[in-house]
Amino acid sequence: MDRRTTIQWMLAATGALAFRGTGAIAGAATSTPAPRAQPYGTDPKLVEIYHPGDLWPLTFTASQRRTATMLCDVIIPADAISPSASAVGVVEFLDEWISAPYPAHEEDRKTVLGGFDWLEAESARRFRRPVPGLEAGELGQICDDICYLPRAGSQWVAAAKFFARFRDLTAGGFYTTPAGRKDLQYIGNTPLARFDGPPIEVLKKVGLA
Amino acid sequence: MPFIDADTAVRSEYDVIVVGSGAGGGQMAYTLTMNGARVLMLEAGRKYDPVAETPMFQTPEMAPLRGSVTTDKPFGFYDATVDGGWQVPGEPYVQASSDPANRFDWWRARMLGGRTNHWGRIALRNGPYDFEPRSRDGLGFDWPVSYADMAPYYDKVELLIGVFGSNEGLENTPDSPAGCLLPPPKPIVSDLLIQKHSAKLGIATIACHRAVLTQPLDWKNSPAKLHPGNRAAQAIIARDMQRRAACIWATPCGRGCLIRANYQSPTVHLPPALDTGRLDIVTDAMVVEVTVGRKGQATGVRFIDKTTRKDRRATARAVVLAASACESVRILLNSKSAQFPQGLANSSGKVGRYLMDTVGSDLAGQVPRLESLPPHNEEGATGGHMYIPWWLYRDQAAGKLDFARGYHVEFGGGRRMPEMDTAAGLEWLTGGTYGVKFKEDARRYYGSMVYFAGRGEMIPNEQSFCEIDPDVRDQWGIPVLRFHWQWSEHETRQAAHMQKTFAAIIDAMGGRVQKPAESDGTKAIHTGGSIIHELGGTLMGSDPNTSVLNKWCQAWDVNNLFVADGAPFPSNADKNPTLTIMANAWRVGDHILDRMRRKEL
Repeated sequence: MDRRTTIQWMLAATGALAFRGTGAIAGAATSTPAPRAQPYGTDPKLVEIYHPGDLWPLTFTASQRRTATMLCDVIIPADAISPSASAVGVVEFLDEWISAPYPAHEEDRKTVLGGFDWLEAESARRFRRPVPGLEAGELGQICDDICYLPRAGSQWVAAAKFFARFRDLTAGGFYTTPAGRKDLQYIGNTPLARFDGPPIEVLKKVGLA
Repeated sequence: MPFIDADTAVRSEYDVIVVGSGAGGGQMAYTLTMNGARVLMLEAGRKYDPVAETPMFQTPEMAPLRGSVTTDKPFGFYDATVDGGWQVPGEPYVQASSDPANRFDWWRARMLGGRTNHWGRIALRNGPYDFEPRSRDGLGFDWPVSYADMAPYYDKVELLIGVFGSNEGLENTPDSPAGCLLPPPKPIVSDLLIQKHSAKLGIATIACHRAVLTQPLDWKNSPAKLHPGNRAAQAIIARDMQRRAACIWATPCGRGCLIRANYQSPTVHLPPALDTGRLDIVTDAMVVEVTVGRKGQATGVRFIDKTTRKDRRATARAVVLAASACESVRILLNSKSAQFPQGLANSSGKVGRYLMDTVGSDLAGQVPRLESLPPHNEEGATGGHMYIPWWLYRDQAAGKLDFARGYHVEFGGGRRMPEMDTAAGLEWLTGGTYGVKFKEDARRYYGSMVYFAGRGEMIPNEQSFCEIDPDVRDQWGIPVLRFHWQWSEHETRQAAHMQKTFAAIIDAMGGRVQKPAESDGTKAIHTGGSIIHELGGTLMGSDPNTSVLNKWCQAWDVNNLFVADGAPFPSNADKNPTLTIMANAWRVGDHILDRMRRKEL
């Protein structure tokens, strides 16, 4: 196969995938959960496109979903460059993650759902209101206490571990979407005829030209 | 009909049975069939079609759990590995000790092409010193062959599979003859920074050698160099070379490559071998033992047809094991008979002994100079473009180091496709930001990380070996392996040295290390087996009392039985072993053909 044919063919393939992928995430919330929780095994079909809920049932309750939405949007809110985490399917992804039938994900399930319970109790203690009734600033006050483990007070250690894990999962969910990749200005996953290395302005900026 | 069922194979006649379809088995089948031999290849895993199955441009949100690792897919969802990983369901193995320091983790892939499908494609030659380590420092074993014996086969493998790299004339880091290597890809900006700042420490950074086509293969000239005087073979490989496309500078090699721009056995070795019409392949064929005739000759193999769970026997004039070092050991030790009560080819008692892996230790850092760079494509050949070969031969010879052998450094960086961990664990840089500030931090630090991985030589020792467990059997009823493992101080001190080196380079770049360099080598070193450079177990040597195979990788005890994977290696140089496995398999294949022509097999 000559290079030009390869590249034309690859461009066609990438375009098709991107198109199918975008539609898929948007439809995820309404997809029917799978009946039983089975791992995908050691020989899953790799060229298929999967959505949260396709392989195992999603398990967030309505209230957990609300809390997940609030919290992931506190971590990744909309700004001038990109939308919020919940707007690009991160809540569905978090649900897929904590519902997955793997040991590491079962641990995360305990951490995340335990963290939600703690947050509910903390909200009631501090503000005498359930989490969904909190003002943004009030939720922020709680987050400020738990957002950095090395500086968290001893009473916040478990909560800070939960927050760190939840931030990692939220960020992972967000930056692996088309919107997240665009936010980071990732360029790639596209066939090139040549690889030219760094442009001159990059070399100048790091002092190599 | 190249892919056949077990019953057809049992009824057919073959010159050679090759067990395994990876780097060793693929090269062996290629060499034999291109020169007229009829070969039956048995693969324990399923048939695998890279053209139909490779997820070339899929992005993480199309995969379950954004493609991140699970116990089912330990290198991520899109890793090419099928039915493999650190555990294979229904096929356990046993640790002799519960101490983590004595673990050996065994990566297997039950698929056509085995581990070559997800391989990192780093293709380094062993140097002259690497064939005579014992003569140089009194440790381990010399090879019964020299670099000069192996060099012509390195040349041929490079021409055949396509390897990029450069010739630098460095000590024990061989140059290739003109025309062997493809041009290396341009370095990315972090490569250039590492090169500049390592140089201040006296460390040279050069082009890596990887089995990726940076340009089309030379189908006009290479065939005659590969198969002098063999017109039919030249025509087949010339045609096949034209069907391989050059790299399109996108999508990770570890997923496999459906345009055949990198090396994997099912896209490079097997198609021309199949084109000869002399290769039959049975997949889902789990070999249990080598069968032996009355005179002590190998008659063929007994295998389980996994599709019917039935026992089958195939016969041939010679048998070549290339099932992976440990799996080949397992087959030999399970080949017990009245004639060979301690397993086949094991009169020395050395089958399973001197199991080796590579010393591995990693460190990451963050480099402010690389923050917020103008966005540009840094994917390249989607693996390392450069590396640092071992540079302290003189210090070592002068006794200035507290360990005996060298390591090379692989490194990475760049604005790669964001994954689950791209913006994870940033607190050490951000102080725990969230909200709009977190998004700004994620942009700032994206692409500013550098990662260093040391890959070093392990010296074979008496405490690292595998044997058959007396109790445990796999789902096919085959007794399984039990592993014993111990690093010596040569390896753990080397791992500590790696940490110091990486920290020094990161510091020289004006960066900061993610974690302090680990000075305790026993903590810095990765678990045995985890670098997946499993070697040894049927060492080749010059003395039948202390080795399993002669210099032709022919069993001392059974003259029509050969081993052609990593098991015959008497040492494990810091150079990644796959290229040497292929070069050695070609050499052994030539010898088998010679013997067949002389009617000695």
